[in-house]
Formats: sequence, C-alpha cells, structure tokens
Amino acid sequence: MNETKIDTPVLQVKGLTKQFGRFVAVDHVSFEVQRGEIFGFLGANGAGKTTAMRMLSGLSKPTAGQGQVAGFDIVTQPEQIKRHIGYMSQRFSLYEDLKVWENIRLFAGIYGLKSAQIAQKTDQLLQQLDLTAERNTLVSQLPLGWKQKLAFSISILHDPEIVFLDEPTGGVDPATRRLFWELIYQAAERGISIFVTTHYMDEAEYCNRVSIMVDGQIKALDTPSQLKKEFGVSTMEAVFQQLARSATRNSE
Amino acid sequence: MILLGMPIVQIILFGFAITTEVSNARLAVLDESKDVTTQRIISQLDASNYFDLTRNLKSYDEVEPLLKKGDIDLVLLIGPHFEHELKHSGKVDLQLMVDGCDVNNATLLTNYAQQIINSTLRSDNLSAGTITPQIKLLYNPAMKSAYNFVPGVMGIILMLICAMMTSISIVREKETGTMEVLLVSPIHPIAIILAKAIPYLVLSAMNVISIVLLSVFVLQVPVAGSLWLLGSLSVLFIIVALALGLFVSTCVNTQIAAMLISGMMMMIPTVLLSGVIYPIESMPVALQYFSNIIPAKWFIMAMRKVMIEGVGLSCILKEVGVLCFMGVVLITASLKKFSIRL
Repeated sequence: MNETKIDTPVLQVKGLTKQFGRFVAVDHVSFEVQRGEIFGFLGANGAGKTTAMRMLSGLSKPTAGQGQVAGFDIVTQPEQIKRHIGYMSQRFSLYEDLKVWENIRLFAGIYGLKSAQIAQKTDQLLQQLDLTAERNTLVSQLPLGWKQKLAFSISILHDPEIVFLDEPTGGVDPATRRLFWELIYQAAERGISIFVTTHYMDEAEYCNRVSIMVDGQIKALDTPSQLKKEFGVSTMEAVFQQLARSATRNSE
Repeated sequence: MILLGMPIVQIILFGFAITTEVSNARLAVLDESKDVTTQRIISQLDASNYFDLTRNLKSYDEVEPLLKKGDIDLVLLIGPHFEHELKHSGKVDLQLMVDGCDVNNATLLTNYAQQIINSTLRSDNLSAGTITPQIKLLYNPAMKSAYNFVPGVMGIILMLICAMMTSISIVREKETGTMEVLLVSPIHPIAIILAKAIPYLVLSAMNVISIVLLSVFVLQVPVAGSLWLLGSLSVLFIIVALALGLFVSTCVNTQIAAMLISGMMMMIPTVLLSGVIYPIESMPVALQYFSNIIPAKWFIMAMRKVMIEGVGLSCILKEVGVLCFMGVVLITASLKKFSIRL
C-alpha cells in the first residue's frame, strides 16, 4: 500500500440514498471509515442497514448520492469494488458439504488467487486457526464457533481493504463471540478495515466508532465512550434504546 | 447415480414389463364352425405349453370386454364353415385378436398361435399352404408403443433433471446463504448461473445418449431421422428445461417450494398433458389449449416426427420455433428477476 492510499479513508459516502418506489430505505447517509478501523453499523431491523450494506458492497446501485469503497466509485465501478472487499453474512455461508480445504480453495479461486498462493495461504490459515487436523473434515461437522472463524478467515483470504460483516456472531455463545472478536482485532491490526453490523450491544463497545441508524438515517456517529457521554448513560444498550424509541418505522 | 440410472430403469421397465417368454397364455375361442378341423386346432392350442383354453365364447360381443379387462390374452375367432371353405376355396375366416398395448407380447402370442394352427393343418394333410389368420391388435394397430414412450420418457426425464434439479440446486444456495457470498464476489452472476446449469446439461446429454442407445439396441426401435437433428433437438429442449428451472429458482426461496413447484406444477402436467399417456387429440378442448404451454409436448411431438417419420428440420420448424420462443422468454424473465433481486 502506498502512502497516499493510507491517508484517504477506505470508505466514504455522501448523501447515499436508496428509494424503493415511495419508500426511502436509506435517506441521505454520509460517513467515512478509516483504514484499519473497526466501524460498528447499528440499527434496528428495518432501519436500512442491509440496504446500505448492499450498496456499499456493489450489489445494488444507489438512487442518489455518491461514494467510494476501496478507492472505487460505488456507482460506476461495482465490479472493482467486489474484487477488493470481503464479505461474510449473518447466515453462515460456507459450503457445508465440502471439506474445510475445499471451501478455502473454492473461495480463493473465486477471488482469483493462483494455485501456488492458494496452497500456501491454506496452510497458513489452517495453522492460525488450529484447524490443521480438520483439513479434510466436512464443514458441516465443525462446531458453529469454528465455522464462523473459518468463514471470517476465508472472507479476508484475498487481503481485502475492507471486510463487511453482516451480523457475524448471530446465535453464538458469548465465549465464542469473544474469540471471534479477537480475530477481528487481528485483522484490523493487519490494516483491514472492518465494517460490522450487530445486534449485541456489548459488541458495539468493541468498535472504534459506532453509527446508529434509525429510519434510514444515521442518528448518531462517534466512539462508544463519546456516545455514552453525549446521551448521559453508562452503556451502549441505553444509547441504542434512546435512539430506537424515536423510530416510526415498524421492524419487518 | 440415481439421475443416471433412472432412464435406464425406466426404459427397461416400460419395454420389458412383461417377459418375452410366453407360457399358459389365456385363450378364448369363438368357434362358429364347430367341425372336426376346428376342434382339432383348438385342442392342439390347448395342449401346447403356450396356451390354456379358458373360455368358449358364444358371441362376438363378449370379446372386447374380456380383452379390456385383461382376463384373456388372446382370442381366436373362427368363422362358419371353416372345413368347407378350407377344402374348396382355401380362404378361411380365421382371426386372432390380442391386446396391442404391449407390443412385444402381442407379437409373440400371435406368432405362436399361427404356427400351431398351421402345423396342425399340415400334419392332418388338410392344407399344403400356410394359412395366415387375420391379426387384429386392439388399441394399438400400428404397434408403435416403443415409439410412443421413448420420446415420452426422454421428455419427462429431461424435464425432471433439468428443471427440478436446477431450481433446487440454485435455491439451495439461496437457503444456505452461499448465493449471497457468491453474488458479492467478483464472479459475474451469469457465470454463477452457467456454472449451475452446465453439470445438468452434461448429465442430461448423457441421459439422452443412453436412452437412444437403449432404444436402438435393446428395444430395436430404429431412429429414422438424422441423429444430428435428434441431438440438437434434445439440447434445445434441455436448455428450455434449464431455463424453466432457473425461472422457478428466481421465484421461490426455499428448496421445498422449488421441489413442490417443479414437482407438482411441472411434472404432473408434463406427464399427463404432453401426450405420453393420453393422446392430446382426445382431451377436452380446454386442456388441449393448456397443453400448448407445456414444453415437453412440443419436444415429444418433434421427437416422434424425427424418430418415426425420419423427417428433416423443415417439418419440425413449428415445434422448434415454439421451443426457442419459450426458452428466450424464460431466460429473459429470469434474468430480469435475477437482477431486480440484486
């Protein structure tokens, strides 16, 4: 990475809007994510998180507004964006009927890694996760926590500049969640920006900065400690409750 | 394995559901002569291993209900004055009636009966020549059952594999969430769909080949038309079926729904209305119109023309055109739906 790249934010959007008919799902949203930052993207169900994330990951075109992700324009270069981001969804998204190494090879291949690179990365990844013994195990036979760690590691296998995590820890016990966040911190230290949505407010505390979306708009954006100070409460849970109460939209 | 084995099992089931060995076939006789010769013929038939005389009929009206119910395998009809006619004119009124639905069996039964009758007459020095009884195949006078079911089985199997398996496999990815990951990846959506469809295309092509080989070499159904045309026609139909599967997969979100839609809403009309089991001409008019939207109907119609009549492309232009049109409509509709979903 060269110097100029490090100075510019990895993600920046201005007035990002998505409208379905008369329904404004995302309403003039503007924010930036710095390199190596862990950015929490919170909001109740139906607040527009998923829609915003789809636009940022090149899956849908915004109705209005502009933005860059990993240095590419979200309106004109969605294919380039896809190549430079990682993605892991709330639903566990590896192939259950493939072996561990087959999953790694498949996704590495999809992101255009060369065979020699894949072999080396596979060994490295399995070692990091302590999964070398499980190389030939079917993914469906791994415990949920391991699957999630594997899915996350695969999503950053191609060294993306930013990785989008859509409720990555849904349905996982607190201890495993804690371990998962250690992986997230390691990735952030390697310079990969993390864009994460979550329902767990304790996880919001782990983020460098947090934005809270209500009815398609970002109602708060700051570090967790600043937000708590601003709202005069002691937990992120309370901050979230205060903001969510003002919502007029029903959750889906 | 199941997908590859199914057509083979079906062909064999349809073709050889009844064994080729005839023994103790149930014979009914309507004898209007009741002379020595006819009695001799009947007793010879009864004495053979092949036939058992089970009924003596009194009138022609009894014949058809018996055959229809399947109580009797073969009916021998002897007209009046058999002996007299045989001696004087040599023209006798002898008729064999058999259920023609199972062509193999019908042919065997009539051949055996004919041989026994002739050898009886010869051994009694009643006739030097051979008597050829009139043979009447009920329900299938042209003896083309294999021609009927080979294209039919092809249509049904291809529909099943292509439409059902494609839709299920794509919806499965949606269900497990892997489709989402693939869509966020740099792979183009078209490439994803092609990757999903090509294995089934190859599989179906292998099925077509195995069905054609079986029907030619095992069932002795020659292919009259050009193999090249037959192959291209199959590929065209496979593509239509794949497109249909794709379209279903863009409409539903669960494997169960995909299975139900392709199973209930596509398979059953395909089996019932494509003309495989019931002739389309004898359906109610409303159903005849409805059968036009079933791709398999057009495929089977064109296939029959190519296999039986051996016609060239110019004679099946209509069927090919309809299939092409269906394919284009389905692919356009599903691509449109696919991109809206993004």
